[in-house]
Amino acid sequence: MRSRLPRNLALLILLARALPVGAQTGGELHFCLHGEPKTFNPILVDDEPSENIRYLTGGVLIRLNRQSQALEPALATSWTISRDRRTITFHLRKEIHFSDGTPFSSEDVGYTMRMLMDPETHSSTGDAFRSGEGSVAVESPAPDLAVITFPAPIAGLERLFDQVAILSAHSPKKEMAVLGPFYVADYKAGSYILLQKNPNYWKHDAQGHALPYIDSVRLDIQRNRDIELLRFRRGELQLINRLDAEQFDRLQHENPAVTRNAGTGLDAEELWFNQSPAAPLPEYKKAWFGAKEFRKAISMAINRGDLCRIVYAGYAKPAYGPVSPSNHFWFNSSLEEPKYDAQAALRLLTQAGFRLENDTLKDRAGNRVEFTLVTNSGNAAREKMATMVQQDLSQVGVKVNVVTLDFPSLIERMTRTFDYEACILGLVNTDLDPNGQMTVWLSSGENHQWNPSQKAPATPWEAEVDKLMREQAAAPTDKGRKAKFDRVQQIVAEQQPFIYLINKDVLVAVSSNVVGAAPVVLNPPGFWNVETLRLGPAPDLGAQR
Amino acid sequence: MLRGISAVILCVIFTAGLFAGAVAPYPYTKQFRERVNAAPSASHWLGTDSLGRDLFARLVYGTRVSLLLSPAAAFLSTLIAGVLGGFAGLVGGWCERLILAAADLSMALPLLFVLLALRALLPLNVSPLVSVIATFALLGLLGWPSSLRVVWATTKNLRNSDFLLLARATGCGRSRMIARHVLPNLRPVMFAQFWISIPLFVLTEATLSMLGLGVMEPLPSWGNLLRGLEDVSAVSTNPWRLAPLIVLMVVVVCFQLILPTPEETA
Repeated sequence: MRSRLPRNLALLILLARALPVGAQTGGELHFCLHGEPKTFNPILVDDEPSENIRYLTGGVLIRLNRQSQALEPALATSWTISRDRRTITFHLRKEIHFSDGTPFSSEDVGYTMRMLMDPETHSSTGDAFRSGEGSVAVESPAPDLAVITFPAPIAGLERLFDQVAILSAHSPKKEMAVLGPFYVADYKAGSYILLQKNPNYWKHDAQGHALPYIDSVRLDIQRNRDIELLRFRRGELQLINRLDAEQFDRLQHENPAVTRNAGTGLDAEELWFNQSPAAPLPEYKKAWFGAKEFRKAISMAINRGDLCRIVYAGYAKPAYGPVSPSNHFWFNSSLEEPKYDAQAALRLLTQAGFRLENDTLKDRAGNRVEFTLVTNSGNAAREKMATMVQQDLSQVGVKVNVVTLDFPSLIERMTRTFDYEACILGLVNTDLDPNGQMTVWLSSGENHQWNPSQKAPATPWEAEVDKLMREQAAAPTDKGRKAKFDRVQQIVAEQQPFIYLINKDVLVAVSSNVVGAAPVVLNPPGFWNVETLRLGPAPDLGAQR
Repeated sequence: MLRGISAVILCVIFTAGLFAGAVAPYPYTKQFRERVNAAPSASHWLGTDSLGRDLFARLVYGTRVSLLLSPAAAFLSTLIAGVLGGFAGLVGGWCERLILAAADLSMALPLLFVLLALRALLPLNVSPLVSVIATFALLGLLGWPSSLRVVWATTKNLRNSDFLLLARATGCGRSRMIARHVLPNLRPVMFAQFWISIPLFVLTEATLSMLGLGVMEPLPSWGNLLRGLEDVSAVSTNPWRLAPLIVLMVVVVCFQLILPTPEETA
């Protein structure tokens, strides 16, 4: 007996080692959502928690690979787009079933599109498909063939389907019947959401094992980021989808193995001057803010490197344009990166008619150059940036008063009363395609923040941007679209309506017993490949880098 | 003895705040960007904050802001409470009911939200100094109701007291009665309310600043210095960040110790 025990143990160890990697299935992945999902209906998704649920449960026709930023077939094995970019034809996978066993066919695609485009639904996902007057026609000539025709051409059409989770036309469970890797098994409002593995999920790994590997995902609803971090440290959570720089830095010092910097993200922080004619500001201030030289000089006088190093502990990169370098295709790499140079800024201001007197900058009429910079209260990083900008601009004689306001008051001033001078806020960018920024760049757009909702473009360069944005949306090829949008980026760099400050890094924490995690900059950064994540038996298993 | 020590400590702190320009080694705005979150040293006695600003300089200037403006706000609120509470207690009738209803209504309103709303209504293009005065003025203007209740109750007791009845019977005029009999008897209560309000306003300003709605950057106050404590784990590695909290606690305790005892008030 005694002599056989070591041999049996050795055999067990050998057997365990012989198991394929894919055999490490099962277990529960545990992480947090930072708010209550407003809906489980994928058509109505409008908030980040619901979007995360949609990603984990929804089956889509085309999936954007978050790592390669390329489109991949999902429920559609292939697709074709007509030359006029109005019609897309999908060839669907056969023998696919929803989580409740209902079969999937082109009828479901038609049903989903009708729900999506129904004006009564008020779907923000559907808004992206509204290309012009008229309705969307969906044909189902065969169970595995769906043809969708839009009233007008849509640029980047196929990419939009990454957000469209297919609903079942026939399931009695309605939107709770899903085609994604997991389905919602339990939900306690304000507490947690339990997702169970979809037994009918269509995807398999290279060895033929059914995906996902994990049996369930438990999402605790936790708004407090500090508590989330504390629970992660205790080992109660295995993933933090987004960390702020300070938390990441702290964790990095404690346990570098669990921290992952996915690289520069798409989100930017920017400063802009109020150029709205309706703004209750003195005319001389409107003249400063409207002058390209003034904006460029301010931009040159801000030390972005210090902002990255001090405010974001080095986990950010200086930003100079509307597109982050991590947006591989659309980023205009030919643009020159302006350098921090307070003396050059001062020279530019002097050329524009300003003069420095006893360390105070004055305009031609002798008005002291002074403005109030607002930002939202409670955002420590923005408040720090504003204070650093204040110090930087004092080097060129500009006096800045920093004011923090609660968010509703700030939005009221930005969108209704226009009673502010300059503002620092962040632009959340979830879409790689420039069409997602239409409301920012069109002069008629509500998010054309420096002078929103214009009836006609206020300046020739804004008129040119309008024209270019419309042309890129209608261009037949991505190459043609890119050329137009490159020019938009060039104009923005010349005019600086937004003074881009930094692009934050995407920072994730992954427990070392989660195998296969490979954080990326696109949403959701930590669990975009949830299907192939595995849970190791012990923390020392080590996560794959 | 304790009272004496407290008074000395308060005097020292007040004096340091008053002569902050001479005491502080650097301007409170100066950012030493290569020395962010530095530990205490000969050049930075309390280290530097997350923007590289000298914490000792900011603490001394913050003391000036918090300790000079809090008494001003406390004086304003006690004055309002004294006038309205005294009037309500002496006159009685519908005036009394109206003033007490207004006080009840004010107390029912969440002070913090009222402050947030009023703060948002203020014009933006003001200097930090004006904003800090506005913040404390708001505290003073909104902080009177609880003091008013105390003053009103005391005045009402006085109105029904025997010595006032006697004064009235001997033909003492109203203004003389208020000046010679009512006000001297209200003084200890008002005094106590004033001293109680000072630490209260210091703490309220600290709360507002913690929310980013108090004293504007770069002007320091104890409140916005306390924001450095938001990150608890950073405090464990940089314990000198506790300095503003320690000074605040010392001041609040000292204020409590120099307050008159109930026997003295009586």
